[in-house]
Amino acid sequence: MSVIVSNLTKTFGDQNAVDDLSFEAKPGEILGFLGPNGAGKSTTMKMITTYLQPTSGTATVCGHDIIKDQMDVRRHIGYLPEHNPLYKDMYIKEYLQFVARIHKVDNAKDRIGELIETTGLQKEQHKLISSISKGYKQRVGLAQALLHDPDVIILDEPTSGLDMNQLIEIRALIKKLGETKTVIFSTHIMQEVQALCDRVIIINEGKLVANDPIDMLQKRLKGEDVIYLELDKKYDASALESINGVNSVTRISDTQYTIGANNASDVRPDIFRTATQQNWVILEMRREQKNVEYIFQQLTKKQTADV
Amino acid sequence: MYSIYRKEISSFLSSLIAYIVIIVFLMMVGLFMWVIPDTSVLSYNYATLDQLFTLAPLVFLFLIPATTMRSFAEERQTGTIEFLSTKPISELEIVGAKFLANLTLVLFALLPTAIYYYSVYKLGYPEGNLDSGGIMGSYIGLFFLAAVFVAIGIFASSITNNQIVSFILAAFLCFICYFAFGFLSNLPIFVGSLDYTIQKMGISYHYSALSKGVIDSRSVVYFLTVIIFFIVLTMYSLKQRRG
Repeated sequence: MSVIVSNLTKTFGDQNAVDDLSFEAKPGEILGFLGPNGAGKSTTMKMITTYLQPTSGTATVCGHDIIKDQMDVRRHIGYLPEHNPLYKDMYIKEYLQFVARIHKVDNAKDRIGELIETTGLQKEQHKLISSISKGYKQRVGLAQALLHDPDVIILDEPTSGLDMNQLIEIRALIKKLGETKTVIFSTHIMQEVQALCDRVIIINEGKLVANDPIDMLQKRLKGEDVIYLELDKKYDASALESINGVNSVTRISDTQYTIGANNASDVRPDIFRTATQQNWVILEMRREQKNVEYIFQQLTKKQTADV
Repeated sequence: MYSIYRKEISSFLSSLIAYIVIIVFLMMVGLFMWVIPDTSVLSYNYATLDQLFTLAPLVFLFLIPATTMRSFAEERQTGTIEFLSTKPISELEIVGAKFLANLTLVLFALLPTAIYYYSVYKLGYPEGNLDSGGIMGSYIGLFFLAAVFVAIGIFASSITNNQIVSFILAAFLCFICYFAFGFLSNLPIFVGSLDYTIQKMGISYHYSALSKGVIDSRSVVYFLTVIIFFIVLTMYSLKQRRG
Protein backbone atom coordinates (compact mmCIF):
# COMPACT_ATOMS: atom_id res chain seq x y z
CA MET A 1 0.00 0.00 0.00
CA SER A 2 1.53 3.30 -0.95
CA VAL A 3 -1.06 5.55 0.68
CA ILE A 4 -2.66 4.56 3.96
CA VAL A 5 -5.03 7.06 5.56
CA SER A 6 -6.11 6.21 9.09
CA ASN A 7 -8.72 8.08 11.12
CA LEU A 8 -7.80 11.38 9.54
CA THR A 9 -9.73 14.28 11.08
CA LYS A 10 -9.56 17.99 10.49
CA THR A 11 -11.61 20.55 12.38
CA PHE A 12 -11.94 24.23 11.49
CA GLY A 13 -13.45 25.93 14.51
CA ASP A 14 -16.35 23.70 15.48
CA GLN A 15 -16.87 22.35 11.97
CA ASN A 16 -15.56 18.92 11.06
CA ALA A 17 -14.18 19.34 7.56
CA VAL A 18 -12.86 15.78 7.50
CA ASP A 19 -14.27 13.32 9.99
CA ASP A 20 -12.46 10.10 10.87
CA LEU A 21 -11.56 9.18 7.31
CA SER A 22 -9.71 5.93 6.59
CA PHE A 23 -8.82 4.39 3.24
CA GLU A 24 -5.92 2.91 1.30
CA ALA A 25 -4.57 3.19 -2.20
CA LYS A 26 -2.11 0.92 -3.94
CA PRO A 27 0.16 1.24 -6.98
CA GLY A 28 -1.45 0.52 -10.31
CA GLU A 29 -4.75 1.86 -9.10
CA ILE A 30 -6.62 5.01 -9.94
CA LEU A 31 -8.65 6.19 -7.02
CA GLY A 32 -11.50 8.59 -7.70
CA PHE A 33 -12.38 11.01 -4.98
CA LEU A 34 -15.96 12.12 -5.23
CA GLY A 35 -18.18 14.33 -3.16
CA PRO A 36 -20.33 17.45 -3.29
CA ASN A 37 -18.68 20.85 -2.90
CA GLY A 38 -17.34 21.35 0.60
CA ALA A 39 -17.35 17.64 1.37
CA GLY A 40 -13.70 17.73 2.44
CA LYS A 41 -12.01 16.36 -0.67
CA SER A 42 -9.47 19.14 -0.98
CA THR A 43 -8.86 19.26 2.76
CA THR A 44 -8.05 15.54 2.75
CA MET A 45 -5.65 16.00 -0.15
CA LYS A 46 -4.02 18.97 1.55
CA MET A 47 -3.39 16.86 4.62
CA ILE A 48 -1.92 13.93 2.67
CA THR A 49 0.41 16.34 0.86
CA THR A 50 1.47 17.88 4.22
CA TYR A 51 0.09 21.34 3.46
CA LEU A 52 -2.37 21.15 6.35
CA GLN A 53 -1.75 19.55 9.71
CA PRO A 54 -4.44 17.02 10.71
CA THR A 55 -6.33 17.65 13.96
CA SER A 56 -6.07 13.95 14.73
CA GLY A 57 -5.31 10.71 12.94
CA THR A 58 -2.57 10.33 10.38
CA ALA A 59 -1.59 8.94 7.01
CA THR A 60 1.47 7.39 5.48
CA VAL A 61 2.79 7.82 1.98
CA CYS A 62 5.18 5.08 0.83
CA GLY A 63 5.78 4.24 4.49
CA HIS A 64 6.51 7.83 5.54
CA ASP A 65 4.30 9.49 8.11
CA ILE A 66 2.74 12.79 7.00
CA ILE A 67 3.36 14.37 10.41
CA LYS A 68 6.80 13.01 11.30
CA ASP A 69 8.58 12.62 7.94
CA GLN A 70 7.14 15.49 5.95
CA MET A 71 10.18 15.94 3.72
CA ASP A 72 10.16 12.26 2.68
CA VAL A 73 6.43 12.40 2.00
CA ARG A 74 6.88 15.47 -0.19
CA ARG A 75 9.64 13.74 -2.16
CA HIS A 76 7.30 10.87 -3.05
CA ILE A 77 4.26 12.93 -3.97
CA GLY A 78 3.42 14.78 -7.13
CA TYR A 79 0.68 17.23 -6.32
CA LEU A 80 -1.52 19.41 -8.48
CA PRO A 81 -3.42 21.70 -6.08
CA GLU A 82 -6.93 22.92 -6.76
CA HIS A 83 -7.01 26.07 -8.97
CA ASN A 84 -3.53 25.11 -10.19
CA PRO A 85 -1.36 27.88 -8.69
CA LEU A 86 1.52 28.90 -10.97
CA TYR A 87 4.09 31.67 -11.05
CA LYS A 88 2.55 33.64 -13.87
CA ASP A 89 5.56 35.86 -14.54
CA MET A 90 7.77 32.88 -15.39
CA TYR A 91 8.28 31.14 -18.72
CA ILE A 92 7.07 27.54 -18.94
CA LYS A 93 10.57 26.13 -19.29
CA GLU A 94 11.97 28.45 -16.64
CA TYR A 95 9.26 27.31 -14.25
CA LEU A 96 9.87 23.63 -14.92
CA GLN A 97 13.59 24.17 -14.44
CA PHE A 98 12.85 25.83 -11.13
CA VAL A 99 10.77 22.83 -10.03
CA ALA A 100 13.48 20.44 -11.23
CA ARG A 101 16.05 22.33 -9.15
CA ILE A 102 13.83 22.10 -6.05
CA HIS A 103 13.52 18.35 -6.52
CA LYS A 104 17.19 18.01 -7.50
CA VAL A 105 16.17 16.06 -10.61
CA ASP A 106 19.09 14.50 -12.49
CA ASN A 107 19.21 15.17 -16.19
CA ALA A 108 16.67 17.94 -15.74
CA LYS A 109 16.89 19.08 -19.36
CA ASP A 110 15.94 15.70 -20.83
CA ARG A 111 13.24 15.14 -18.25
CA ILE A 112 11.65 18.53 -18.95
CA GLY A 113 11.71 17.84 -22.69
CA GLU A 114 10.11 14.47 -22.09
CA LEU A 115 7.31 15.97 -19.99
CA ILE A 116 6.66 18.81 -22.40
CA GLU A 117 6.04 16.10 -24.95
CA THR A 118 3.81 13.87 -22.81
CA THR A 119 1.69 16.78 -21.66
CA GLY A 120 1.46 18.20 -25.18
CA LEU A 121 3.12 21.53 -24.49
CA GLN A 122 5.52 21.55 -27.46
CA LYS A 123 3.86 24.43 -29.29
CA GLU A 124 3.64 26.64 -26.22
CA GLN A 125 6.92 25.74 -24.53
CA HIS A 126 8.63 29.11 -25.06
CA LYS A 127 5.72 31.19 -23.80
CA LEU A 128 5.12 33.08 -20.61
CA ILE A 129 2.76 31.21 -18.26
CA SER A 130 0.45 34.21 -17.98
CA SER A 131 -0.04 34.23 -21.76
CA ILE A 132 -1.25 30.65 -22.26
CA SER A 133 -4.82 29.39 -22.03
CA LYS A 134 -6.33 27.63 -19.05
CA GLY A 135 -6.02 24.18 -20.60
CA TYR A 136 -2.32 24.70 -21.21
CA LYS A 137 -1.82 26.07 -17.71
CA GLN A 138 -3.40 22.86 -16.44
CA ARG A 139 -0.85 20.90 -18.45
CA VAL A 140 1.99 22.94 -16.98
CA GLY A 141 0.61 22.15 -13.52
CA LEU A 142 0.49 18.49 -14.41
CA ALA A 143 4.03 18.54 -15.83
CA GLN A 144 5.23 20.17 -12.62
CA ALA A 145 3.61 17.42 -10.53
CA LEU A 146 5.18 14.63 -12.58
CA LEU A 147 8.65 16.11 -13.00
CA HIS A 148 10.41 14.16 -10.24
CA ASP A 149 8.73 10.88 -11.26
CA PRO A 150 6.78 10.50 -7.99
CA ASP A 151 5.27 7.21 -6.82
CA VAL A 152 2.07 8.85 -5.64
CA ILE A 153 0.24 11.39 -7.77
CA ILE A 154 -2.45 13.52 -6.19
CA LEU A 155 -4.54 15.67 -8.51
CA ASP A 156 -7.19 18.02 -7.17
CA GLU A 157 -9.73 18.50 -9.96
CA PRO A 158 -7.20 18.15 -12.77
CA THR A 159 -9.76 18.41 -15.56
CA SER A 160 -11.73 21.47 -14.49
CA GLY A 161 -11.99 24.10 -17.19
CA LEU A 162 -10.71 21.97 -20.05
CA ASP A 163 -12.39 21.64 -23.41
CA MET A 164 -13.53 18.28 -24.79
CA ASN A 165 -10.31 17.44 -26.65
CA GLN A 166 -8.06 18.47 -23.83
CA LEU A 167 -10.22 16.47 -21.45
CA ILE A 168 -9.71 13.30 -23.46
CA GLU A 169 -5.96 13.86 -23.69
CA ILE A 170 -5.53 14.53 -19.99
CA ARG A 171 -7.69 11.53 -19.11
CA ALA A 172 -5.57 9.31 -21.33
CA LEU A 173 -2.49 10.63 -19.56
CA ILE A 174 -3.96 9.92 -16.12
CA LYS A 175 -4.98 6.43 -17.26
CA LYS A 176 -1.43 5.75 -18.40
CA LEU A 177 0.05 7.02 -15.15
CA GLY A 178 -2.35 4.79 -13.23
CA GLU A 179 -0.79 1.68 -14.73
CA THR A 180 2.31 1.92 -12.59
CA LYS A 181 1.72 4.66 -10.03
CA THR A 182 -0.79 5.37 -7.31
CA VAL A 183 -3.12 8.06 -8.60
CA ILE A 184 -5.67 9.82 -6.41
CA PHE A 185 -7.78 12.43 -8.11
CA SER A 186 -10.88 14.39 -7.23
CA THR A 187 -13.51 15.47 -9.67
CA HIS A 188 -17.05 16.69 -10.11
CA ILE A 189 -17.57 14.93 -13.41
CA MET A 190 -19.23 11.56 -12.92
CA GLN A 191 -18.48 10.16 -16.38
CA GLU A 192 -14.84 10.74 -15.64
CA VAL A 193 -15.02 8.50 -12.60
CA GLN A 194 -16.69 5.78 -14.65
CA ALA A 195 -14.17 6.14 -17.44
CA LEU A 196 -11.02 6.31 -15.36
CA CYS A 197 -11.25 4.93 -11.87
CA ASP A 198 -10.63 1.48 -10.56
CA ARG A 199 -12.06 2.42 -7.23
CA VAL A 200 -14.27 5.24 -5.98
CA ILE A 201 -14.33 6.94 -2.64
CA ILE A 202 -17.35 9.07 -1.98
CA ILE A 203 -17.26 11.43 0.95
CA ASN A 204 -19.98 13.69 2.23
CA GLU A 205 -19.63 16.22 5.03
CA GLY A 206 -16.19 14.83 5.77
CA LYS A 207 -17.41 11.27 6.25
CA LEU A 208 -16.76 8.26 4.07
CA VAL A 209 -20.00 7.08 2.49
CA ALA A 210 -18.60 4.62 -0.04
CA ASN A 211 -15.26 3.01 -0.77
CA ASP A 212 -15.74 0.37 -3.45
CA PRO A 213 -14.45 -0.85 -6.76
CA ILE A 214 -16.61 0.80 -9.35
CA ASP A 215 -18.59 -2.33 -10.36
CA MET A 216 -19.21 -3.19 -6.71
CA LEU A 217 -20.60 0.23 -6.12
CA GLN A 218 -23.16 -0.30 -8.83
CA LYS A 219 -24.26 -3.58 -7.25
CA ARG A 220 -24.47 -2.04 -3.83
CA LEU A 221 -27.44 0.00 -4.73
CA LYS A 222 -29.25 -2.80 -6.54
CA GLY A 223 -32.17 -2.41 -4.12
CA GLU A 224 -33.97 -0.34 -6.70
CA ASP A 225 -34.50 -0.50 -10.44
CA VAL A 226 -34.69 2.56 -12.58
CA ILE A 227 -37.04 2.34 -15.55
CA TYR A 228 -37.14 4.88 -18.32
CA LEU A 229 -40.49 5.38 -20.02
CA GLU A 230 -41.46 7.51 -22.99
CA LEU A 231 -45.07 7.99 -24.12
CA ASP A 232 -46.30 9.51 -27.37
CA LYS A 233 -47.94 12.55 -25.82
CA LYS A 234 -48.83 14.14 -22.53
CA TYR A 235 -51.14 12.10 -20.28
CA ASP A 236 -52.19 12.21 -16.68
CA ALA A 237 -49.70 9.61 -15.51
CA SER A 238 -50.85 9.28 -11.91
CA ALA A 239 -52.00 5.73 -12.64
CA LEU A 240 -48.34 4.68 -12.75
CA GLU A 241 -47.91 5.41 -9.08
CA SER A 242 -50.60 2.98 -8.07
CA ILE A 243 -48.80 0.02 -9.69
CA ASN A 244 -47.64 -2.48 -7.11
CA GLY A 245 -43.86 -2.18 -6.60
CA VAL A 246 -43.43 1.34 -7.94
CA ASN A 247 -41.73 3.64 -5.42
CA SER A 248 -41.47 6.89 -7.30
CA VAL A 249 -42.36 8.50 -10.59
CA THR A 250 -40.30 11.42 -11.79
CA ARG A 251 -41.43 13.38 -14.84
CA ILE A 252 -38.44 14.46 -16.96
CA SER A 253 -40.50 16.18 -19.65
CA ASP A 254 -44.17 16.06 -20.75
CA THR A 255 -43.73 12.64 -22.27
CA GLN A 256 -40.72 11.19 -20.45
CA TYR A 257 -40.57 9.60 -17.01
CA THR A 258 -38.16 7.74 -14.79
CA ILE A 259 -39.73 5.21 -12.49
CA GLY A 260 -38.05 3.91 -9.39
CA ALA A 261 -39.26 0.41 -8.52
CA ASN A 262 -38.56 -2.51 -6.23
CA ASN A 263 -36.30 -4.97 -7.94
CA ALA A 264 -37.91 -7.92 -6.15
CA SER A 265 -40.36 -8.24 -9.01
CA ASP A 266 -40.21 -6.88 -12.54
CA VAL A 267 -42.80 -4.10 -12.84
CA ARG A 268 -42.47 -3.66 -16.59
CA PRO A 269 -45.37 -6.01 -17.50
CA ASP A 270 -47.61 -4.06 -15.11
CA ILE A 271 -46.54 -0.77 -16.65
CA PHE A 272 -47.40 -2.14 -20.08
CA ARG A 273 -50.84 -3.35 -18.87
CA THR A 274 -51.59 -0.02 -17.24
CA ALA A 275 -50.64 1.74 -20.47
CA THR A 276 -52.97 -0.37 -22.58
CA GLN A 277 -55.81 0.13 -20.07
CA GLN A 278 -55.33 3.88 -20.23
CA ASN A 279 -54.86 3.86 -24.02
CA TRP A 280 -51.34 5.23 -23.79
CA VAL A 281 -48.85 4.59 -26.57
CA ILE A 282 -45.46 3.51 -25.28
CA LEU A 283 -42.65 4.76 -27.53
CA GLU A 284 -39.86 3.46 -25.37
CA MET A 285 -39.38 1.57 -22.14
CA ARG A 286 -36.05 0.32 -20.75
CA ARG A 287 -34.41 -0.68 -17.53
CA GLU A 288 -31.47 1.67 -16.94
CA GLN A 289 -27.98 0.74 -15.90
CA LYS A 290 -27.36 2.61 -12.68
CA ASN A 291 -24.58 5.06 -13.32
CA VAL A 292 -22.25 6.66 -10.84
CA GLU A 293 -24.19 9.87 -11.08
CA TYR A 294 -27.30 8.16 -9.77
CA ILE A 295 -25.39 6.38 -7.01
CA PHE A 296 -23.70 9.59 -6.03
CA GLN A 297 -27.04 11.34 -5.68
CA GLN A 298 -28.51 8.51 -3.68
CA LEU A 299 -25.57 8.40 -1.28
CA THR A 300 -25.30 12.11 -0.67
CA LYS A 301 -28.83 13.37 -1.09
CA LYS A 302 -29.89 13.07 2.54
CA GLN A 303 -27.73 16.04 3.31
CA THR A 304 -27.94 17.91 0.04
CA ALA A 305 -31.76 17.84 -0.24
CA ASP A 306 -33.64 15.82 -2.81
CA VAL A 307 -32.62 16.32 -6.40
CA MET B 1 17.34 27.15 -0.92
CA TYR B 2 19.42 28.28 -3.87
CA SER B 3 16.64 27.41 -6.30
CA ILE B 4 14.19 29.75 -4.59
CA TYR B 5 16.83 32.46 -4.16
CA ARG B 6 17.52 32.31 -7.86
CA LYS B 7 13.83 32.44 -8.70
CA GLU B 8 13.29 35.47 -6.45
CA ILE B 9 16.19 37.35 -8.01
CA SER B 10 14.99 36.62 -11.53
CA SER B 11 11.50 37.78 -10.64
CA PHE B 12 12.97 41.05 -9.30
CA LEU B 13 14.77 41.49 -12.59
CA SER B 14 11.90 40.51 -14.87
CA SER B 15 9.32 42.64 -13.05
CA LEU B 16 11.60 45.70 -13.18
CA ILE B 17 11.34 46.05 -9.39
CA ALA B 18 15.10 45.69 -9.09
CA TYR B 19 15.84 48.52 -11.52
CA ILE B 20 13.27 50.84 -10.04
CA VAL B 21 14.49 50.31 -6.48
CA ILE B 22 18.11 50.87 -7.42
CA ILE B 23 17.36 53.93 -9.57
CA VAL B 24 15.06 55.58 -7.03
CA PHE B 25 17.51 54.99 -4.22
CA LEU B 26 20.45 56.45 -6.14
CA MET B 27 18.39 59.35 -7.45
CA MET B 28 17.20 60.43 -4.04
CA VAL B 29 20.52 60.04 -2.30
CA GLY B 30 22.34 61.57 -5.27
CA LEU B 31 20.08 64.62 -5.35
CA PHE B 32 20.59 65.40 -1.69
CA MET B 33 24.31 64.73 -1.81
CA TRP B 34 25.31 66.56 -4.96
CA VAL B 35 22.53 68.79 -6.29
CA ILE B 36 20.34 70.38 -3.63
CA PRO B 37 22.51 73.25 -2.31
CA ASP B 38 21.24 73.06 1.30
CA THR B 39 22.61 69.58 1.81
CA SER B 40 25.15 69.16 -0.98
CA VAL B 41 28.67 68.06 -0.12
CA LEU B 42 29.96 70.64 -2.58
CA SER B 43 28.58 73.60 -0.67
CA TYR B 44 29.11 71.99 2.74
CA ASN B 45 32.87 72.25 2.31
CA TYR B 46 33.61 69.22 4.44
CA ALA B 47 34.73 65.92 2.98
CA THR B 48 32.14 63.57 4.47
CA LEU B 49 29.46 61.12 3.42
CA ASP B 50 27.19 62.05 6.33
CA GLN B 51 24.35 63.00 4.00
CA LEU B 52 24.34 59.51 2.54
CA PHE B 53 24.19 57.84 5.91
CA THR B 54 21.43 60.03 7.34
CA LEU B 55 19.32 59.85 4.24
CA ALA B 56 19.72 56.18 3.29
CA PRO B 57 17.80 54.80 6.32
CA LEU B 58 14.88 57.11 5.50
CA VAL B 59 14.79 55.99 1.89
CA PHE B 60 15.06 52.35 2.97
CA LEU B 61 12.16 52.96 5.33
CA PHE B 62 9.76 52.90 2.41
CA LEU B 63 11.80 51.23 -0.36
CA ILE B 64 12.50 48.00 1.51
CA PRO B 65 8.87 47.41 2.55
CA ALA B 66 8.02 47.97 -1.12
CA THR B 67 10.37 45.19 -2.26
CA THR B 68 9.44 42.76 0.50
CA MET B 69 5.70 43.33 0.49
CA ARG B 70 5.04 40.72 -2.16
CA SER B 71 7.33 37.96 -0.89
CA PHE B 72 4.66 36.00 0.97
CA ALA B 73 1.53 38.11 0.48
CA GLU B 74 1.57 37.38 -3.25
CA GLU B 75 2.27 33.68 -2.75
CA ARG B 76 -0.70 33.50 -0.43
CA GLN B 77 -2.90 35.52 -2.76
CA THR B 78 -2.22 33.35 -5.80
CA GLY B 79 -2.01 30.08 -3.87
CA THR B 80 1.56 29.32 -4.91
CA ILE B 81 2.38 29.05 -1.20
CA GLU B 82 0.61 25.69 -1.34
CA PHE B 83 2.89 24.68 -4.19
CA LEU B 84 5.99 25.72 -2.22
CA SER B 85 4.83 24.18 1.05
CA THR B 86 4.34 20.76 -0.51
CA LYS B 87 7.81 20.63 -2.07
CA PRO B 88 10.72 19.06 -0.19
CA ILE B 89 12.06 22.34 1.16
CA SER B 90 11.84 23.54 4.74
CA GLU B 91 10.25 26.75 5.96
CA LEU B 92 13.68 28.04 6.98
CA GLU B 93 14.92 27.56 3.43
CA ILE B 94 11.95 29.42 1.96
CA VAL B 95 12.20 32.33 4.40
CA GLY B 96 16.00 32.38 4.19
CA ALA B 97 15.96 32.46 0.40
CA LYS B 98 13.52 35.36 0.30
CA PHE B 99 15.47 37.23 2.95
CA LEU B 100 18.75 36.84 1.09
CA ALA B 101 17.20 37.75 -2.26
CA ASN B 102 15.82 41.01 -0.88
CA LEU B 103 19.10 41.73 0.89
CA THR B 104 20.99 41.16 -2.35
CA LEU B 105 18.80 43.75 -4.02
CA VAL B 106 19.60 46.30 -1.29
CA LEU B 107 23.27 45.48 -1.61
CA PHE B 108 23.14 46.24 -5.31
CA ALA B 109 21.50 49.57 -4.53
CA LEU B 110 24.28 50.41 -2.08
CA LEU B 111 27.17 49.28 -4.27
CA PRO B 112 27.16 52.23 -6.71
CA THR B 113 27.48 54.68 -3.82
CA ALA B 114 31.14 53.62 -3.73
CA ILE B 115 31.47 56.22 -6.50
CA TYR B 116 30.39 58.88 -4.01
CA TYR B 117 33.14 57.75 -1.69
CA TYR B 118 35.67 57.89 -4.48
CA SER B 119 34.50 61.37 -5.53
CA VAL B 120 34.67 62.81 -2.04
CA TYR B 121 38.03 61.11 -1.55
CA LYS B 122 39.36 62.85 -4.66
CA LEU B 123 37.78 66.20 -3.78
CA GLY B 124 39.27 66.31 -0.30
CA TYR B 125 42.09 68.73 0.37
CA PRO B 126 44.60 67.25 0.66
CA GLU B 127 43.36 64.35 -1.42
CA GLY B 128 42.03 61.46 0.69
CA ASN B 129 41.29 63.69 3.69
CA LEU B 130 38.22 61.88 5.00
CA ASP B 131 37.33 59.47 7.77
CA SER B 132 37.54 56.18 5.89
CA GLY B 133 37.19 54.11 9.04
CA GLY B 134 33.99 55.88 10.00
CA ILE B 135 32.60 55.45 6.50
CA MET B 136 33.41 51.74 6.52
CA GLY B 137 31.63 51.39 9.86
CA SER B 138 28.66 53.35 8.56
CA TYR B 139 28.40 51.06 5.54
CA ILE B 140 28.39 48.02 7.80
CA GLY B 141 25.78 49.70 10.02
CA LEU B 142 23.65 50.58 7.01
CA PHE B 143 23.88 47.02 5.74
CA PHE B 144 22.72 45.65 9.10
CA LEU B 145 19.93 48.22 9.25
CA ALA B 146 18.77 47.18 5.80
CA ALA B 147 18.90 43.52 6.86
CA VAL B 148 16.67 44.30 9.85
CA PHE B 149 14.22 46.16 7.58
CA VAL B 150 14.17 43.22 5.17
CA ALA B 151 13.49 40.77 8.01
CA ILE B 152 10.66 43.01 9.27
CA GLY B 153 9.26 43.38 5.75
CA ILE B 154 9.24 39.64 5.13
CA PHE B 155 7.53 39.05 8.44
CA ALA B 156 4.85 41.66 7.64
CA SER B 157 4.33 40.00 4.27
CA SER B 158 3.86 36.58 5.85
CA ILE B 159 0.92 37.54 8.04
CA THR B 160 -1.38 38.88 5.33
CA ASN B 161 -2.34 38.15 1.75
CA ASN B 162 -2.82 41.82 0.97
CA GLN B 163 0.30 43.53 -0.32
CA ILE B 164 -0.80 47.01 0.73
CA VAL B 165 -1.42 45.89 4.30
CA SER B 166 1.95 44.23 4.23
CA PHE B 167 3.67 47.41 3.00
CA ILE B 168 2.06 49.71 5.56
CA LEU B 169 2.69 47.31 8.41
CA ALA B 170 6.33 46.85 7.41
CA ALA B 171 6.93 50.59 7.05
CA PHE B 172 5.33 51.19 10.44
CA LEU B 173 7.38 48.47 12.18
CA CYS B 174 10.60 49.74 10.59
CA PHE B 175 9.75 53.25 11.72
CA ILE B 176 9.14 52.03 15.27
CA CYS B 177 12.40 50.11 15.38
CA TYR B 178 14.40 52.99 13.93
CA PHE B 179 12.94 56.11 15.55
CA ALA B 180 10.44 55.31 18.25
CA PHE B 181 12.85 54.10 20.91
CA GLY B 182 14.82 57.33 20.63
CA PHE B 183 11.69 59.45 21.06
CA LEU B 184 10.43 57.26 23.86
CA SER B 185 13.61 57.66 25.86
CA ASN B 186 13.06 61.43 25.90
CA LEU B 187 9.78 61.09 27.78
CA PRO B 188 10.01 62.77 31.20
CA ILE B 189 9.24 59.57 33.11
CA PHE B 190 12.22 57.78 31.63
CA VAL B 191 14.77 60.60 31.70
CA GLY B 192 17.43 59.89 34.29
CA SER B 193 16.31 56.31 34.87
CA LEU B 194 15.57 54.04 31.90
CA ASP B 195 16.32 56.42 29.02
CA TYR B 196 19.68 54.91 28.13
CA THR B 197 18.33 51.32 28.18
CA ILE B 198 15.39 52.27 25.97
CA GLN B 199 17.68 54.04 23.52
CA LYS B 200 19.76 50.91 23.22
CA MET B 201 16.70 48.93 22.16
CA GLY B 202 16.33 51.01 18.98
CA ILE B 203 18.24 50.68 15.74
CA SER B 204 19.43 54.29 15.56
CA TYR B 205 21.57 53.96 18.67
CA HIS B 206 23.49 51.00 17.28
CA TYR B 207 23.60 52.50 13.81
CA SER B 208 25.33 55.64 15.05
CA ALA B 209 27.57 53.52 17.28
CA LEU B 210 28.84 51.64 14.23
CA SER B 211 29.23 54.84 12.20
CA LYS B 212 31.93 55.99 14.59
CA GLY B 213 34.12 53.42 12.89
CA VAL B 214 34.34 51.00 15.81
CA ILE B 215 32.69 47.67 15.20
CA ASP B 216 31.19 47.09 18.61
CA SER B 217 30.34 43.42 19.05
CA ARG B 218 27.32 44.38 21.17
CA SER B 219 25.83 46.28 18.26
CA VAL B 220 26.51 43.42 15.86
CA VAL B 221 24.86 41.01 18.29
CA TYR B 222 21.91 43.40 18.59
CA PHE B 223 21.36 43.50 14.82
CA LEU B 224 21.72 39.74 14.43
CA THR B 225 19.27 39.14 17.29
CA VAL B 226 16.61 41.37 15.75
CA ILE B 227 17.08 39.73 12.33
CA ILE B 228 16.84 36.20 13.74
CA PHE B 229 13.85 37.23 15.87
CA PHE B 230 11.87 38.36 12.82
CA ILE B 231 12.92 35.36 10.71
CA VAL B 232 11.78 32.98 13.44
CA LEU B 233 8.55 34.96 13.75
CA THR B 234 8.00 34.62 9.98
CA MET B 235 8.53 30.86 10.14
CA TYR B 236 6.11 30.68 13.04
CA SER B 237 3.48 32.63 11.12
CA LEU B 238 3.91 30.30 8.12
CA LYS B 239 3.50 27.24 10.36
CA GLN B 240 0.48 28.80 12.06
CA ARG B 241 -1.45 28.98 8.83
CA ARG B 242 -1.19 25.22 8.38
CA GLY B 243 -3.49 24.80 11.38
